[in-house]
Amino acid sequence: MVDKTIIFFQKSAFQFHLILDSFFQQLINGLALGSIYGLIALGYTMVYGVLRFINFAHSDVLMLGAYASFYLAPRVQMVVPLPGLPGAFIVMLLSALICAAIGMIIEFLAYRPLRSRPKLTVLITAIGVSLFIEFTCQHKAVFGATNRAFPKLIDFPNFTVLGLTFTSLNLIIVVVTAVLLAGMWFIVQKTKTGTAMRAVSFNQQAAALMGININRIISFTFGLGSALAATAGILYALGAPAIEPLMGIQPGLRAFIAAVVGGIGNLQGAVVGGVLLGLLETFAAGIPGLSTYRDAIAFAILILILIFKPAGLLGKATVEKV
Amino acid sequence: MKSLIAAKSWLLLGIVLAMVASHYSASFNRYDLGVWMDCGINIILAVSLNLINGHTGQFSLGHAGFMSVGGYTAAKISLVFSDSVPPEWHPLLLAAGMLIGGLTSALAGLFVGIPSLRLRGDYLAIVTLGFGEIIRVVFQNTEAVGGASGLSGIPKFTTLGWTFGLALVTIYVIASLVNSTYGRGFLAVSDDEVAASSMGVNPTRYKVTAFVIGAFFAGIAGALYAHHKQTLTPTQFDFMKSIDIVVMVILGGMGRTGGVILAAIILTWLPELLRGFSDYRMIVYSLLIITLMMLRPQGLFTLNFKRKKGKEA
Repeated sequence: MVDKTIIFFQKSAFQFHLILDSFFQQLINGLALGSIYGLIALGYTMVYGVLRFINFAHSDVLMLGAYASFYLAPRVQMVVPLPGLPGAFIVMLLSALICAAIGMIIEFLAYRPLRSRPKLTVLITAIGVSLFIEFTCQHKAVFGATNRAFPKLIDFPNFTVLGLTFTSLNLIIVVVTAVLLAGMWFIVQKTKTGTAMRAVSFNQQAAALMGININRIISFTFGLGSALAATAGILYALGAPAIEPLMGIQPGLRAFIAAVVGGIGNLQGAVVGGVLLGLLETFAAGIPGLSTYRDAIAFAILILILIFKPAGLLGKATVEKV
Repeated sequence: MKSLIAAKSWLLLGIVLAMVASHYSASFNRYDLGVWMDCGINIILAVSLNLINGHTGQFSLGHAGFMSVGGYTAAKISLVFSDSVPPEWHPLLLAAGMLIGGLTSALAGLFVGIPSLRLRGDYLAIVTLGFGEIIRVVFQNTEAVGGASGLSGIPKFTTLGWTFGLALVTIYVIASLVNSTYGRGFLAVSDDEVAASSMGVNPTRYKVTAFVIGAFFAGIAGALYAHHKQTLTPTQFDFMKSIDIVVMVILGGMGRTGGVILAAIILTWLPELLRGFSDYRMIVYSLLIITLMMLRPQGLFTLNFKRKKGKEA
């Protein structure tokens, strides 16, 4: 009897150690996934702030970012060694610039002509744009529907702290995200363009009367959001086994949910929502019975938030005036 | 009212025609017959989605989810009972399966409709998309309905008569519902929710009603689909299936039953006729959506152009 009890305690102490082990690893994994979601969510929330609609094509810009660096990496490698930090930085910067241009072009061609139309029209157009990008890229003359191995932009060896093993990729993701968020905060809060962005999202008409060029600001917002999405796409692709033209859909949907959970239109909310969702998903995947329902968890959270706190965690409830 | 009585006689005539066609269907080309059955099923789906997306002005992206609920329920019923029931009772079994499948699906519609009370536009689109995904994931993880490999060996009960008969019933029920005094509420909610509620129309109730009725018919279509294809897998009911139905409604013109029926038939036959063109099918679909939204948001086949004239302002 006594023996059994001791064995039980030994066993549970061991299990506790295992649980703690995996807890910290899962925590880092969740934070990394969450910061990627947060980066994408910023794009959704910024566009929602200025135009009040969901840019469905945002998740495809993420995919285009990954493909841009897939094609850029061999060319950059001829000048700067890869894998390596400077090379990776150049590839990311170039991909972000390309995607910023793509985002602006999408806005100019598809959304600008519809700006005064009913919301539903714009929403359907956004879905159309998203499908167009996805299926064009799946065509064999463009990227093809097959999986491609993503080039190794940077070395990420595993390292051990206090007996716990971490992959440095997750650390890199968290650091890059933190730097980008600081940059974002600076642009939105401290620059003239950022002030104009906030003014446009607050009241478009009043902003126009104050001499702000609305079209230029909306275009800039799309560019900024798309650049963030491209970076997120590259970070996502670094950890993913392969890239393919539909790779943006799942992280894109999660990020959108993150934006709603945090309160759509709210920049801090997008990041908080992203991290929250990333953590919840990672931990749920570790629980045996729940892991197969992983895809449904994000949506279940969305529905709960929309029922109980439709303005989001950090959003303010607004009263619609007629 | 007069037009409604006329519609009733058309309905009867249509059903008789469908039964006659079904009787002689053995002499038709099997391939053509299959595609025509697809047409009938798609008409039911498109017309029922049109009640939600068109007449009521909501935007649902989860119609395939409702379809799968009905399809799985009916298929399971048939698989369990088809051996113990004499063959001459099989149509009755299909009818029972469809009714139960439709009701289960309507229950799912009620479930989706309730959170939609305070959501509109893009939020609702995402929530319905989410519900569609959740339903799919649940089916994928339920061993009783075959999990990820799905159900197979479902008896082939669906005939041309069933599909077109029920397509006509769907059209008739939804058209007469929308044209009734009660049904004006759907249009009122679509045109202006605030104005409608200040006139005593309860937008929430109308939205939920639209979801429940739409889901009921989607469930019936799912049951017909299950007994037509004879296999069901969760991946058949993914986001793309919902988009297919949405494209039919948009192409036909939201809230325009005639156009939607035409679009359903055309969009079912077009991919069959253009087999070699299949790589470009979805690219063309997406371009079609964008161009239509820019140039003709009222749809391609504007048969009834009295309504919604001032709406785009």
